[in-house]
Amino acid sequence: MKFGVLQFPGSCDEVDALEAARLVGDAELIWHRDRDLQGADAIIVPGGFSYGDYLRAGAIARFSEAMESVIAFARDGGPVLGICNGFQVLCEAHLLPGALLPNINLRFTSRQVRLEVSNAETAFTSACPAGRTLSIPAKHSWGRYHAGEQTLAAIEDAGQVVLRYAPGENFNGSVADIAGVCNEAGNVMGLMPHPEHAVSELTGGSTDGLCIFESMRLAVQGAAV
Amino acid sequence: MRARVLIRPKAGILDPQGVAVERALPALGFDGVENVHVGRLVELDVAEEGQLQPLCEKLLANPLVEDYEIEIVS
Repeated sequence: MKFGVLQFPGSCDEVDALEAARLVGDAELIWHRDRDLQGADAIIVPGGFSYGDYLRAGAIARFSEAMESVIAFARDGGPVLGICNGFQVLCEAHLLPGALLPNINLRFTSRQVRLEVSNAETAFTSACPAGRTLSIPAKHSWGRYHAGEQTLAAIEDAGQVVLRYAPGENFNGSVADIAGVCNEAGNVMGLMPHPEHAVSELTGGSTDGLCIFESMRLAVQGAAV
Repeated sequence: MRARVLIRPKAGILDPQGVAVERALPALGFDGVENVHVGRLVELDVAEEGQLQPLCEKLLANPLVEDYEIEIVS
């Protein structure tokens, strides 16, 4: 299977996302001006500072040519993973509910966090280990997840909360300790922590991020049967 | 025409930037300053007034978490 990894001016984590995806399938970069998703079976919108986070993080990237194609791809049921800035872009594009706000601690924080898998049956978590937390690095200053009361109740009820910060790990003040959510159809997910930085013991100290890419591979191959 | 858009965090959502500014003020000798909020100002020349609201809704503000106020300057 093939992953397409978007690249905007200011993206910085697209290469690690590409390398992580390549542990599981083929992967190629897609430049933000390019409408052609190059036959990708799944899309990753990577972390970084697209357009310098000018105006609001993800606010401008959402309107790029590549994102127009990704929005159509997502509406057709294609799997899309948004990591950090990618999560921000997907919320701005209304592919995911809610919004990301500045961390309550007002600091850019870069640290390993433990995540609980709140929904282990999604196309992004089916391969994740049961009964223990995932150890994955987070690095952001604008990662406080916010959803209005009604939206929050709806997404909780519908099992759209996919990942939560384990007790004590929620440094950004996200509502209900939400670290990652998916859309109603379950084909689009965003998370603030960086699974692509936790795929190798040598560089990450934890390989817990790999299961997310592995889950996506399983979902694509399952759908192809 | 020249327009000015003020974008503010919605009331009821924690504004940590405003809180940080508020807390810094007493140390500088300014007491009794409360309810500080930090927003954004965008100034622009537009061809038609009708462009402003959709422009705000789509790009300049995130209506989920921000309020905006349009002022025609000239």
